[in-house]
Amino acid sequence: MLNPEISPDRILVISDVSKIYGPIKALQNVSLSVGSGEWLAIMGPSGSGKTTLMNIIGCLDSPTSGRVLLDGLGLDSLSSAELTAIRRESIGLIFQQFHLVSYLTALENVMVAQYYHSLVDEKEALEALENVGLADRAKHLPRQLSGGEQQRVCIARALINHPKLLLADEPTGNLDETNEAMVMDILHSLHKRGSTIIVVTHALEVAAHAERTLVLEHGRVASDVRNQPYQK
Amino acid sequence: MLSNRSFALRMVLWSLLRRRSRLLVALTGVTIGATVLLGLVTLCYDIPKQLSREFRSYGANMVFVKDQVGGRLTHGDLESVRETLPADRLVGLTPFRYEPVHNNMLPYTAVGTYFADVRLTSPFWRVTGEFPSEPGQILLGAEVAEATKLQAGQRISIEGRNTNQDRYSKDFTITGTVSTGGVEDAFIYLSLTDMEEMTREPGHIDLVEASLTSGGTPLGDLADLVRRNVPDIEPRLVTRVTRSEDTVLTKLTWLVYLVTVVVLTLTMICVTTTMMTVVMERRKEIGLKKALGAENKKVAREFLAEGLMLGVLGGLIGSLTGLLFARLVSYSVFGRGLNPEFHLVPLTVLVSALVTVVASLWPVKKAMEVEPALVLKGE
Ligand SMILES: Nc1ncnc2c1ncn2[C@@H]1O[C@H](COP(=O)(O)OP(=O)(O)O)[C@@H](O)[C@H]1O
Ligand SMILES: [Mg+2]
Repeated sequence: MLNPEISPDRILVISDVSKIYGPIKALQNVSLSVGSGEWLAIMGPSGSGKTTLMNIIGCLDSPTSGRVLLDGLGLDSLSSAELTAIRRESIGLIFQQFHLVSYLTALENVMVAQYYHSLVDEKEALEALENVGLADRAKHLPRQLSGGEQQRVCIARALINHPKLLLADEPTGNLDETNEAMVMDILHSLHKRGSTIIVVTHALEVAAHAERTLVLEHGRVASDVRNQPYQK
Repeated sequence: MLSNRSFALRMVLWSLLRRRSRLLVALTGVTIGATVLLGLVTLCYDIPKQLSREFRSYGANMVFVKDQVGGRLTHGDLESVRETLPADRLVGLTPFRYEPVHNNMLPYTAVGTYFADVRLTSPFWRVTGEFPSEPGQILLGAEVAEATKLQAGQRISIEGRNTNQDRYSKDFTITGTVSTGGVEDAFIYLSLTDMEEMTREPGHIDLVEASLTSGGTPLGDLADLVRRNVPDIEPRLVTRVTRSEDTVLTKLTWLVYLVTVVVLTLTMICVTTTMMTVVMERRKEIGLKKALGAENKKVAREFLAEGLMLGVLGGLIGSLTGLLFARLVSYSVFGRGLNPEFHLVPLTVLVSALVTVVASLWPVKKAMEVEPALVLKGE
């Protein structure tokens, strides 16, 4: 297989990773390398291992075999407390089901991430909401927000600690077209400012925004191609 | 600027206040526990006192006489006894003075006493008519009334000689008759003051009866105390009454303790189950916080703080309802209210907080085992 490309601009290098759940091979010998500032889309049918791969990249799960290097640091043999620390310091997570804390306002949900990371800073959290166009929704509870607004709160929360890597698992899966466009706009401006983004999607038009598309099938990499530059 | 500490507090408060229905379920459990706890402990405190008062209706459980035959006590002795015995346990203290008298040539025993005190030390007296309340009034024992054919409203003449053999005689108005089925039926009762005037010989007391509630210093020790403090006095326990009183009270107290322990255990199980449900419901939230990089100890602290607040709040509400509950029980069983033991409230809140936190430990440990990857999976 491929040798891991160990180079300073590689933020993520995955080599020969497999994940086995009993009889199910969720991932088989997956290798992948992502450059700093790159925008990667991961596609594939349901059950092809996309979420499993995201969990491993996001330090929420460990591979059965293979190596993962995140910003030059090998993830194998790290304790769960150490993986937690890496999640806290280096990774921003966005989920399909939003997952906001139901009893906290939009602003407080962003501050939760600050609280577990280091120190709460209400002003900075409010700015983050402003950046996703939600300054006037700061005091609303999640149930008072639309799906698109909730997802934007999640993005503000994912970005608040300046992660090296932004991971989004079907971020627009539960959104209508308008909100999808809004989320994609935010990702574009992040990309422009140099963020590294990995987005799982099964919508071609979402994948088309990225610079590169990786397709998984039955836990294997089926293709890994560079996209046409995105045009509206 | 908002500190991390106050943000954590805010998070815990919101989790309680903005999930009100959930809070109510958990709070109800804790409150019921605290209610039963304080209710039972109050009764534990109160039942012996109440029962002891009930027992006091059987009459005096300690009497005092002079320690040499034919000797007599004085008013000074009576006051010394009153000062020696603990005031909060003294239901009543009654002096009696016996004098041989005559009516229509027939001999009787006249007893001088204070009727207000008699009512306290001998609640079992059945009086037809009234107790004497003014000077010159007299109460006849049932047998005396029978023999003299006299009744309430009529007058009776009493005569006798004092120790100097001086004759005395006085007329009294009968206010009623007393019957106990005991020696009292054969006596004639008048106020000690009347007797002292009539005999022109004040100061003598033959017997003092005391009615004391149990709990605290044993009666025997109190008797010894009086013996030491008051010269030439002989205290005696009315053992038949005191012994049965003590056994019944001891057994009852143990029973209530036992019930309290059982209830506390049940409360603990109830709170654990409630907290377990709370944790199970919030697996997603716990997974999310861990996915965001929360350390286990921070998440655990939040849940324990929630438990602590539930415990304190439930303890406070339960204290109120518990006092009410104890009062109700006391009313329906003893027909009288009880003094709320307010000093038990802080203790109840403390125990309630402790039980809730301890009961949360296992559920919180389970919460820490929630896999953060859980949140990435669809619903
Ligand atoms: N915790 C798990 N235990 C057992 N099987 C799992 C677990 N997680 C995922 N799988 C299985 O692994 C395969 C890949 O799942 P997943 O990565 O969620 O796919 P996708 O996100 O592409 O739909 C599926 O067959 C799924 O059933
Ligand atoms: Mg998936």
